[in-house]
Amino acid sequence: MAEVIHPDEILDEIEVSDLLTKALSLKKDNFRLSQACAAYANEKIELSYSFANDDTYQFTTLRVVIDPETEVPSITEIIPPAVFYENEMKELFGVKIKMISTDLQNRLYRIEEETPMIPKKGGN
Amino acid sequence: MGKRSVIPYGPQHPVLPEPIHIDLVVEDETVIEAIPSVGFIHRGLEGLAEKRDFNQMTYIAERVCGICSFQHGMGYCEAVERVFGVEVPNRAKYLRTIWAELGRMHSHLLWLGLLADGFGYENLFYQCWRVREKVLDLQEMTSGGRLIFSVNCVGGVLKDIPQEKLDIILKTLDEVEEECKIIKDTFFQDYTVQSRLQGVGILTKEQAHDLGCAGPFARASGIRTDMRKLGYAAYPDLDFEPIISTAGDSFARCYIRTMEVFQSIDLLRQAIAKIPNETDLVTPVKGNPNGEAFMRVEQPRGEAVYYVKANGSPNLDRFRVRTPTFANLPGLCEMLKNTKLADVGLLVITIDPCVSCTER
Repeated sequence: MAEVIHPDEILDEIEVSDLLTKALSLKKDNFRLSQACAAYANEKIELSYSFANDDTYQFTTLRVVIDPETEVPSITEIIPPAVFYENEMKELFGVKIKMISTDLQNRLYRIEEETPMIPKKGGN
Repeated sequence: MGKRSVIPYGPQHPVLPEPIHIDLVVEDETVIEAIPSVGFIHRGLEGLAEKRDFNQMTYIAERVCGICSFQHGMGYCEAVERVFGVEVPNRAKYLRTIWAELGRMHSHLLWLGLLADGFGYENLFYQCWRVREKVLDLQEMTSGGRLIFSVNCVGGVLKDIPQEKLDIILKTLDEVEEECKIIKDTFFQDYTVQSRLQGVGILTKEQAHDLGCAGPFARASGIRTDMRKLGYAAYPDLDFEPIISTAGDSFARCYIRTMEVFQSIDLLRQAIAKIPNETDLVTPVKGNPNGEAFMRVEQPRGEAVYYVKANGSPNLDRFRVRTPTFANLPGLCEMLKNTKLADVGLLVITIDPCVSCTER
């Protein structure tokens, strides 16, 4: 029978100011960026940056909870493939990300509606 | 230095199965930089999670993609099942594995056909798709649908596969295996194939890792990763090892996917031999999900990540799918650098792009 791997799955809640340091640390530990996404809940935006290790299958998610107006540093300087994830967060959730290596100016998905994943005030 | 110019590639192109646009910065005939853009078929499926209940989302999840639709439904259900903390009945785990591997086979055969078409080997393209039809027939026989099955539900599966149909699968697999051996020999031994694929579009192991590549694209560069090793569905009971290559070129990607067709045949035989004779197919869930979970699934194109965030109401706060092609786009752009313009069409195909998945 195949060896089954039961990796650690860690959810690490951090401050915005620690994001770059933590991301760099994971990169040095041979993790790759597996996904990054935003979620809107309780009038806050949760940013999840998940890193995976292909040797151990470990999966670590850095979680940053911010107000919609908070500026977040881009991790693209450290992890270039984050560029599409960050553009997606920006376009769909209006996350204010500073210094994305290639800012697509809200044209990743070419949609007319601004921040479609954020409930509109007074809307349904 | 030669003359630099920008050549638009896609979204409509004879070789492209789905719409993606790439601005190719070329110097004479050599690509210097590739800048992709998507967004031609964004459908906002993730946003529907706020408007449909978590059971209805199963059917929306499987419509993320028409090729790996079953695995999208399964990945979503596994994520919600994690939130509920329910264990799926054993027979349902095996049924999910059988449908997942049938899906991998037809997806890889589809890709092999597209690859052959991409370098102008029409006969080989026809043969791959002719064999793929047999797999599609099995999918239709067992689920009622050729591509969209609608057999997943939170807690298990909605349909069983009776023994007589499992026997038909085994018999058909014998035929498909023999025909795939001929296809394999053609891909691996034909001079035409080798001259178009070997040494073209190399992505090193370090590049594949740094750019976050997934699935056969990453395994072709020597990264030993396969999410089936995480032990979802019935994979813990089955014997297999990830197929890898270290060459990192287009031929290696062809090798990985060709051999994974045979791996899927083997896994199907193992699963059918071991499937428990039980009647329970669904573990009922009570109430609404509350909490969050990540789930990683190995789709034909590689690791897909499902994220579910629930608040105790029927509607989810967030449903997110990171599809393999989304992860492979940076690797594609890197791979295109310093290649010949004439190779671009073929190289785009070698990542097995699914733009429908990517845009959701």
